[in-house]
Amino acid sequence: MSTNKVIHALYNDDDILMDAVKKVKAENHHIEEVFCPFPVHGLDKAMGLAPTRLAITAFLYGITGLSVAVWLTWYTMIADWPQDIGGKPNFSWAANMPAFVPILFELTVFFAAHLMVITFYMRSKIWPFKEAENPDPRTTDDHFLMEIPVEGSEEELVSLLETTGAVEINVVETH
Amino acid sequence: MYQFSGKLKMLAIVLMAVGLLGTGYSFFSAPKTLEEAKEILAKQDAHHGGHEAKADHADVEHKEEAKVENHQEDSTTEEHVADSTATHTEEVAHNVEQDHSEEATENTQAQDSSAVHVAEDTTTDEAHETTTEAHAEVAAHGEDHGEAHAEHALHQMQNRPWSALYVALLFSLGITLLVLAFYGSQIVAQAGWSVVLHRVMEAISSNLHYVSLAMLVFLILTAMHMNHLFTWMGEGVTDPTSPNYDAIVDGKKWWLNTPGWLIRSIIYLTGWNVYRFLIRKWSLAQDNGDLKQHKKNYNATVIFLVFFMLTESMASWDWIMAIDPHWFSTLFGWYVLATFLVSALTVIAMVTIYLRSKGVLPLVNDSHIHDLAKFMFGFSVFWTYLWFAQFMLIWYADMPEETTYFLLRFNEYKVPFLAMVGMNFIFPVLLLINSDFKSMPWFVILGGVVILAGHYIDLFVMVMPGTVGGQWGFGIGEISGLLFFTGLFIFATFSAFAKANPVPKGNPYLHESETYHYYNIEHRGEDSNHH
Repeated sequence: MSTNKVIHALYNDDDILMDAVKKVKAENHHIEEVFCPFPVHGLDKAMGLAPTRLAITAFLYGITGLSVAVWLTWYTMIADWPQDIGGKPNFSWAANMPAFVPILFELTVFFAAHLMVITFYMRSKIWPFKEAENPDPRTTDDHFLMEIPVEGSEEELVSLLETTGAVEINVVETH
Repeated sequence: MYQFSGKLKMLAIVLMAVGLLGTGYSFFSAPKTLEEAKEILAKQDAHHGGHEAKADHADVEHKEEAKVENHQEDSTTEEHVADSTATHTEEVAHNVEQDHSEEATENTQAQDSSAVHVAEDTTTDEAHETTTEAHAEVAAHGEDHGEAHAEHALHQMQNRPWSALYVALLFSLGITLLVLAFYGSQIVAQAGWSVVLHRVMEAISSNLHYVSLAMLVFLILTAMHMNHLFTWMGEGVTDPTSPNYDAIVDGKKWWLNTPGWLIRSIIYLTGWNVYRFLIRKWSLAQDNGDLKQHKKNYNATVIFLVFFMLTESMASWDWIMAIDPHWFSTLFGWYVLATFLVSALTVIAMVTIYLRSKGVLPLVNDSHIHDLAKFMFGFSVFWTYLWFAQFMLIWYADMPEETTYFLLRFNEYKVPFLAMVGMNFIFPVLLLINSDFKSMPWFVILGGVVILAGHYIDLFVMVMPGTVGGQWGFGIGEISGLLFFTGLFIFATFSAFAKANPVPKGNPYLHESETYHYYNIEHRGEDSNHH
């Protein structure tokens, strides 16, 4: 049975936060979450988070977009109705390829960008009317909050956090 | 301090010596008389065998505008194959020398060879037979025709060693110049990351003196009619009474005249070299940390960059575009700029990686390599954008006086023309898109070798078609030119690098550059907490 308690340690400086994260990690405590008002460089490395794979998905989406564009131009311009439009060659897709490049490029970018953004929304679970998960409204303004689940001695953890320069330490019951 | 090793110096000298010998050989073995040229042509014919030999004399013009509707109406059995549509036409045109061909081109789209006009509608298979007939007619036209062809081929063969040297010379000059311009852009942009690379870029740009001198000699020899690279310099081209008269070139003689061309060239070369001399001197003077010196360098560089953008454009018209005086393209200057810029960044990255592996650039970390590789990637795409913008606009409008430029390249230089797009675009894009790969030195070197080769081919395809046409090849002359200028480059770069402190210690941005870190990449052998 794990306890239902978490500790919220609040900081008011990103450098102090970074040092605190490193210290807590060094003591082998699991950090559940860190809430920041702005991106702190190197925080993900310090917390040991795995690198994002969003760029890889974007690359795959780009290839998808390129394939769609190739199919679209080939089907409409070459296969379905090969009309002579201003003398442009329509005997094969390759013969008229330069004219299709702007479409190939734009659809590649379009697919890569939009699908990547949607992937980002889904993976980070944000959408309109989503209920905010802010433990403390000050974290959107000028405070940083580190959330640590209590496993084992509560006092030991609190005293460790007190040495890291936290401005406020709250023990919170979760439900 | 860096010590220019004896081994490397020896390598540079050997490269230069071999390059000189090979170049000398290629000049020596070029045909001197019409008879020799005819002999070579006869050999080529024998090599190529039946059909192609005929095609040499009479390239079939596959006219894409063959009217599809007509075909469908009056021929039920014919099949249209993609790139070789049936040729329709009427009579055999005479063989036109390229110098004079452009007027004819307007009507016939002939390019550097005779256009064949065939009477009846033919399928692709029949086209071969028709070509044979047409060839017979060409032969029947008489001896003077073959004579003109041989003379044309002789000029092209005599141009070949010159062109081989010229391409290598331009490549070396362009890269060196763009390293200097990139260095200038870093000064003006007050770039913090690149300060530890300043001495590398300065060292590479010291090659500018040598190649400028070589260029100057080459330009003077060209102006003295030692070669026929620039047809507009030819005898009687602007004289209405001469059989060589060319109305189009005559209309352009206010710009394309030998004295003006030579004076402009000297102005470009002098301007670039003066800046390079001053900025190197002042950069060394700045090692005492004087901020007044820093501002002086900044101001001089702003002036240089304006001068550079103007002269680079004009130089690309004068030295490259003028090889095809009937053709023009408005974005040519930027296109040439992009070719040299991506090559220049590749060279900076390669020299930096080499020097770092020798332990003389202790402040350069993986993030600096990563940034250089990002530039290589970005400017490869930029080059492709300009290359394609130029190609596609001309292909789309298909105006005869512009299209001949690409028609010749696509017909006679198909392999290098298409290979270059793969080497300069597809390869770097797929290789250097991954952030981790960009910080791996061996990966950057691998990508760099392909990029450099690709851009050499790019320049090759810009210069060769207008000077040697169908008589091109990649042999001793071309390789020797490359070897010579590579040797010169190594000698100039590393002897200059050995003469100064590898760290520009007076630069106010030095600390920023030293601690520069891009967080998203793995830094091998470095402390990841270092920031």
